[in-house]
Amino acid sequence: MSELDIVVIGNGMVGHHFVKTLVESGAPVRITVLGEEPRPAYDRVHLSDVFGGSAPEALALTDRETYESWGVQAHFGEPVSSIDTAGKAVVTSLGRRFSYDKLVMATGSYPFVPPVPGHEHKRCLTYRTIDDLGEIRARAKDSRVGVVVGGGLLGLECANALKNLGLETHVVEFAPGLMGVQLDPGGSGMLRRKIEALDVRVHTGKNTSNIGAGDSCALKMEFADDTELQTDMIVFSAGIRPRDELAREAGLALGERGGIVVNSSLQTSDADIYAIGECALYEGRIYGLVAPGYRMAEAVAQQIAGSEGAFTGADMSTKLKLLGVDVGSIGDAHGRSPGAISFVFSDERKEVYKRIVTSADAKHLLGAVLVGDCGEYDSLLQYHLNDIELPAEPEALIAPAMGDAPVLGVAALPATATVCSCHNVTKGDIVSALDQGCCDLAGVKSATAASTGCGGCAAMLKNLVEDELAARGVVVDKSLCEHFPYTRQELYHLVRVGELKSFDALLAAHGRGSGCDICKPAVASILASLWNDHVLDAAHATLQDTNDRFLANMQKDGTYSIVPRVAGGEITPDKLVVLGEVAKKYDLYTKITGGQRIDLFGARVEQLPLIWRELVDAGFETGHAYGKALRTVKSCVGSTWCRYGVQDSVGMAILIENRYKGLRAPHKLKSAVSGCTRECAEAQSKDFGVIATEHGWNLYVCGNGGMKPRHADLFATDLDDATLIRYIDRFLMFYVRTADRLQRTSTWMDNLEGGIDYLREVVIEDSLGIGAELEAQMAHVIDSYQCEWKTTIDDPQKARRFRSFVNSEEQDNTVTFVTEREQKRPGRKVKAQAQRIAVGE
Amino acid sequence: MTAVTQPDWQAICQRDDLVAGGGVCALLGQEHVALFYLPAQERSLYALGNYDPIGCASVLSRGIVGSIGERLVVASPLYKQHFDLVTGECLEEASAAVPVYEVRLDGDSVLIRG
Repeated sequence: MSELDIVVIGNGMVGHHFVKTLVESGAPVRITVLGEEPRPAYDRVHLSDVFGGSAPEALALTDRETYESWGVQAHFGEPVSSIDTAGKAVVTSLGRRFSYDKLVMATGSYPFVPPVPGHEHKRCLTYRTIDDLGEIRARAKDSRVGVVVGGGLLGLECANALKNLGLETHVVEFAPGLMGVQLDPGGSGMLRRKIEALDVRVHTGKNTSNIGAGDSCALKMEFADDTELQTDMIVFSAGIRPRDELAREAGLALGERGGIVVNSSLQTSDADIYAIGECALYEGRIYGLVAPGYRMAEAVAQQIAGSEGAFTGADMSTKLKLLGVDVGSIGDAHGRSPGAISFVFSDERKEVYKRIVTSADAKHLLGAVLVGDCGEYDSLLQYHLNDIELPAEPEALIAPAMGDAPVLGVAALPATATVCSCHNVTKGDIVSALDQGCCDLAGVKSATAASTGCGGCAAMLKNLVEDELAARGVVVDKSLCEHFPYTRQELYHLVRVGELKSFDALLAAHGRGSGCDICKPAVASILASLWNDHVLDAAHATLQDTNDRFLANMQKDGTYSIVPRVAGGEITPDKLVVLGEVAKKYDLYTKITGGQRIDLFGARVEQLPLIWRELVDAGFETGHAYGKALRTVKSCVGSTWCRYGVQDSVGMAILIENRYKGLRAPHKLKSAVSGCTRECAEAQSKDFGVIATEHGWNLYVCGNGGMKPRHADLFATDLDDATLIRYIDRFLMFYVRTADRLQRTSTWMDNLEGGIDYLREVVIEDSLGIGAELEAQMAHVIDSYQCEWKTTIDDPQKARRFRSFVNSEEQDNTVTFVTEREQKRPGRKVKAQAQRIAVGE
Repeated sequence: MTAVTQPDWQAICQRDDLVAGGGVCALLGQEHVALFYLPAQERSLYALGNYDPIGCASVLSRGIVGSIGERLVVASPLYKQHFDLVTGECLEEASAAVPVYEVRLDGDSVLIRG
């Protein structure tokens, strides 16, 4: 079969999803993408996050390199200007012609701007693209008051954006209530109440008749009821209209009020042209949510790849947070189905409104509205989608807990039940992932992508996985080891609350047996994080893992390597000379590390104190390369030298490294600071990374290199120095407090229910109220810092433990070296047993 | 088997040279001996060959001491296999046992036979 030429018009979320799905299907096709916007697809749903702290780049769903690696020819900023259906080709704005066998239109929609006189004013904007955001931000700078026209889902998102920009924010809606499509009047009223409490002024039933020059503000809006509103800027977000102009000119069938008519195969009136997403009209309806768009994209990709794929409509239920208010809408929210009856619960004190709509016999859930509390959303949605029979008293589903409310157990869900609607993952998919060997939540997430989109299904997914594991008889034993029936987190808590200062005290109070090489280092780390005593104090020394025990890194032959701290990678020529001289004197192999330091190899245990005496005298400190502790904070040279640097990255790296040096954690911690967006320090591959911006610092968290590399996630933007440090203090201590043994920050976050959003709530909003406590604990660690090596060599009792033999000054004769590339390295050894056999023969 | 003459007990180091809860290495002729001192146990002193036959380095005295079930063990600091302090057996690889020495305290002297 020869390769089909597939041309895709539009590279929004749905267009991109189509390309991705088709590429992943492995179908023999040549794909050409023609996008109007100058950048590849990005996440439009989370547009307002940009005003809440995310960088616009964080919204990107893909990049040019990815398309290139897929073999997809992509042209951004080059819209299609016409379709030649007879010649089966499209022509772009640059006059280029691309032939197609199949054409996919994913042109999306545009914001509807009501034709009010004055709407062309330069202070009137729309809200749909990243470029729109730039204009809104620019305009907001000289504005005090902002109006959003449109009280729907997008309008309220936009109001959130204006509020985040610090404007006095108004919402003007033509209809009598907010979110009239998704909410009934009761829910709409409660939403209004809650939003007004957040200082957003809501004006409903307002028909704008004119926009002219204002008096107290730049603009004046006049309404049909003779009232008026002064504002400095207006953002229109009054619904969307399908981008169907190309289809119209090409003679494709359109709906009466626009939209490209498609059948269940998503074919337009020309069978070789498909339309998907918000430009498509299926059975008289435009699907203005991303999930149905994705289903359309998948259906077309399946057809092109040669299998069956169809779209038969989609559920438009939705759960979201608008201006911090939980809102959920399921199915027939208005109770318009014939014979439908409703159950309503409203609490004006707590500002919660819930309504369920059922069939006349109250056995089937037709719809629901939830405002202020979406706790029941997941259960209700499953009743609705799977047509599960309701309990005898359905009102108990939404009534506040007076005893035990009937909960729809995950076990009751059919295999077809959708758990994650973002990635279309069913209960069956999750069960089969478990069948194929996944044995925990993180494994299921990475195998199925469930709960990696909006995260709304996190709680349900967790229950389902635990329930399924239990059903398989898998007892999830979270004991650290046979000596402690507790997790690391629980032990941390026991040590902290009981103020236990030693392993023996903890073992006596909460453990059994003699301990082992699992629990001893784990407890040693907890003790160090909390009390920060010297790790080689008599009570702690024998708990330490291999490297901590001798404050150096044991190599394969039993010798050690030494890594002095070189904060930020900045070192004077004098200190470099010292390292060279020490290495020469003790005949050490030297190598530059990945963390901008120098590693000296081949020291015997009795040489360590001698070497460190010379290093300490020359001003070096221990680098903790041996510990589950902060290692290095790598930096690029930053604004002090670099032509492109915008902040002093070296200075910040040194500040951070000196602040957190010596902090012991569940796993090693690495960091980096880059002086500009070119990111030469590779901060996004670190547990916490900092990248300079024009206005301050962007903080990234939970990345790592190593066996399973992971990019860090953008956590907060444009921070000043003090805020940056405060967030890192809290982030690190929260990790130290709650992570599992040997769990790096990335897996820790993946296992936190709520992921990075939850982490932001804890660190930035201090939702648990422990911010001050975490900072105080960090302050204690910083205040009690000591260079472990200096203390060790100054204390004869500690120093005398560094001996090869307690009864002889002889050197270890099993250690031998050979020379390679002008330096020494360990001689190769034959396994003792093999040696023995050879001797015997 | 009974006719073999036992080597004599000899002092190898002082109690003060030992590390409570862990190991140290001593030289017995040319042999490297790991001495483990566990004052909390009924029997407080144990001696094994210091050479880790799996990691091929003289390091066992630097491992973490603990218990697995009823057995007292040391975990090799290199690749963490466990060696029984009483029998010298490796719990993970049956073929990789280390030598065991008789050892006892006499006042503050550590005596060994081997």
